[in-house]
Formats: sequence, structure tokens, C-alpha cells
Amino acid sequence: MKSYECGVCGYVYDPAKGDPDNGIAPGVPFEDLPEGWTCPICGAEKDQFSPL
Amino acid sequence: MKDVFQAVQVTDHVYWVGAIDWDIRDFHGYTTPRGSTYNAYLILGDQIALLDTVKAPFMGEMMSRIASVVDPQKISVLISNHSELDHSGGLPAAVEAIRPGKVYASAVGVRTLQELFHGALEVLPLKDGDRLSLGNLNLTFLETRMLHWPDSMFSYLEEEALLFSQDAFGMHLASLDRFDDEMDPDVLKHEAATYFANILLPYAPLVTQLLARVGNLGLRLGIVAPDHGPIWRKDIPVILDAYGRWARQEPTRKAVVVYATMWHSTERMARALSEGLKAEGAEVRVMAMDHVHRSQVAYELLEAGALICGSPTLNNHLLPQMADVMTYLKGLKPRNLMGAAFGSYGWSGESVRQLNDILVEMKVEKVGEGIRVKHRPDAGVLADCYALGREIGERLRAKAAPAA
Repeated sequence: MKSYECGVCGYVYDPAKGDPDNGIAPGVPFEDLPEGWTCPICGAEKDQFSPL
Repeated sequence: MKDVFQAVQVTDHVYWVGAIDWDIRDFHGYTTPRGSTYNAYLILGDQIALLDTVKAPFMGEMMSRIASVVDPQKISVLISNHSELDHSGGLPAAVEAIRPGKVYASAVGVRTLQELFHGALEVLPLKDGDRLSLGNLNLTFLETRMLHWPDSMFSYLEEEALLFSQDAFGMHLASLDRFDDEMDPDVLKHEAATYFANILLPYAPLVTQLLARVGNLGLRLGIVAPDHGPIWRKDIPVILDAYGRWARQEPTRKAVVVYATMWHSTERMARALSEGLKAEGAEVRVMAMDHVHRSQVAYELLEAGALICGSPTLNNHLLPQMADVMTYLKGLKPRNLMGAAFGSYGWSGESVRQLNDILVEMKVEKVGEGIRVKHRPDAGVLADCYALGREIGERLRAKAAPAA
């Protein structure tokens, strides 16, 4: 599974870690993040992310 | 003397050439009772560089301070560490007056300056870790994204162990003194904490990462020169430690009761809650939004362990001043808080539910479902408020450190 980087703030979404603070369990691929998920640091939407 | 505005020497090769804004009181919603400064810095190397500028109306002051030490036309490099207009507002006029060979910013800064000035400037991008030689002196650049804008970066002058930290480690404090050791440390602590609470708190996890990174790089920090307020040359460990502590957001036994009132009913509830909190040893701040500014609430919440909020219901909603402060606090993303809601109402009574919803969005650990009362609280309701205060106070004692 690929990690994705936020183009605004540089936060990296690592699927192995998920985003537990926002209800995303470890193991969720970036592509499967729910509609409305945003960068936990700066609030940018998913389309601002690119694969690493 | 050509002009009253003089540069202030910081190190052998670096001069402060900023501006003092004694009068500013409102910084996009953050109240600044002590005014501010916009710090720009001149590096007199073999090549001469200017780091950041000032808010546009203060350009005359900056240019005069530059001219007190060097002919501005001799500046060959201009660097923008932060594109916000209090530092870049003077950039187009500075480029016009100085005509430097090169203007630099971070890659995101190049985009931001384009979006602000629409092609009026030609700016070259610097990457994280890039170095720039001024002949006898060398600058290294560190991207510090979202501290506190996407474009933000630090510049480090190796030979003089000087970190230009743009808004980080800064504060809004107008003064003719330029250095931390010339000022009252209690004022510095208060204003630095207020700045952190109102500007940097949403990005607290990035502050933790940045402090670790600066530590790992082994940068010698002889001087830390921010874009607002004093230059740190004595208490650098103090401000670094404070940033580490604030970024961790460890709760203390301090409770902030923030409320607004129409006919003193919600106020009576706030007073009863505060007495209950105090009975369990909490340090309490009671803040009525009819009189207090939202940025003072942000300051008090920085080292607190509980946020208790109260509002009457006006036309099916929160009182506007409570909606204001709750929107503001939610955006600042404080963490590790417990809390509760309360308020009086006349007929529909939505406010407590609306406050509870905001507390949930803020990830505040709720204690109880809140207390709402129709019209005036009687002795029984006030006893319930007191008991809720005690319960929160007990929980704070169990999980949090004593308030500093």
C-alpha cells in the first residue's frame, strides 16, 4: 500500500498507521479513505495528495 | 544624522531593520494590547541580503533603517521566509527601490507571492536543505510547512549561529528594546504563550517534529531572530522548552469557564460551577464573553485541563459572542481537555445541545450531558452546577498535574 503526501503541508498518510484520531484504523489504503476525509494537519482535501 | 530610524546591530554582520507598530490592536481577530513589531533583517556579507520586509505602510521606516547602515541599492539578495502580508506587504516596493539581483522564497512561497502580487515579482524557489552563499557567509534553509503557513521556512546563518525563525518564537510586543534580556521575562512569557495559543496551536504536532528536527541537525543556536517581537539571545533554552511543553498540551488542573449571559441566569450557573471546581482544588478562570476577548480565552486554555462553556438560547441559537469564541477555539484544535456545557433558556433551549455538539467536534471528553434550566436557576439547579464543578475538579485532580 502506498503512502500519500499532502501537497499543502507535507503530512504523509501512511496506510499502515491509518489516522486513528479521525476514526481511520490502520490498514486502510488511501484510495479507500471515506468521502470528506481531510488532511488531519491542514484540512486540505484528498485531491491535494499525491503518492510517494 | 540623516533620519531618526536607525538599524540595530544584532551580530557582527546582521542588523535589525524592521518597524515598530505601537498602535495595532487587532491582528485578524487576535487582540494585541501591546502592539507589535515587523522584523526585517539585513545581512552584510560580501553580498548583502535582506530577510523579509514589513507591512506595507511601514516601508519608509524599514528603508530608513537600512539606509542608516548601507546604501539600499547594494542589497543583491532578498529572501521571503513567510509570505503573509505583515512580512511581504512591502516586498514589491522593496524590489522596486532596491532592484536586487535575486528574490527567493520556499517553493510554496513562490506560489503564494504570485497569488498575492500577480506577476509583479519574479521569485526563485528554495528547497528544504538548500544553501546560499553570500561569499563570506552561508545561509541554509529549512522548510517549516504550516508553521504557520504552508510557505513558511527558516533561514540559518551558519557563521553567526543565527536562526531567522519567521513567526515561530515570536510575539506581538511593540518596544524600542530589541533583545529578550532587555525586557521583563514575565511579559515575554505571557506574550509568547498568547502568540503560541492563537497562532501555532493548531499545528502543535508539527512544532514537536520541528523541535526534534532542529535538535537532530545539531544547529548551534546563538541567536534566534523571529519576525515579531524581541530577538532571543539569552533565554533561548527557555523559549524552546516552553514551545515543547505547549506543543505537548499536557493538561493541568486549570479549568476555564467561558460563558455569555442575557439576564444573569447563565452567569449564576457559571459562578456555581466555578465554586465547585475550586472546592476540588482546580485553578479556575471565569471568562464572560460580554467583556473578554476570544484571544484571551485561547491564552488561558493553553495550559488548562478543562473547558466548561455556557450560553443562553437566543432565537434558537447560541448567543453570538459564544458562537464566536467556540468557532475560534475549535479552529485552534486544543487537545486533552475535558468539559461540559450549561445554559438557561426561555422556551426552546437549543444552546446546551449546540455547545455539546461543538465539544464533541473538538474531541473534548464530556463530563455529563450538560445542565440546562428554564429561566432562572433555583437553589437545586445551582447545587447541580456546583456538583458538576466538583466532579470535573475531582477528575482533573486524578489525571492532571497542578497548574503552574
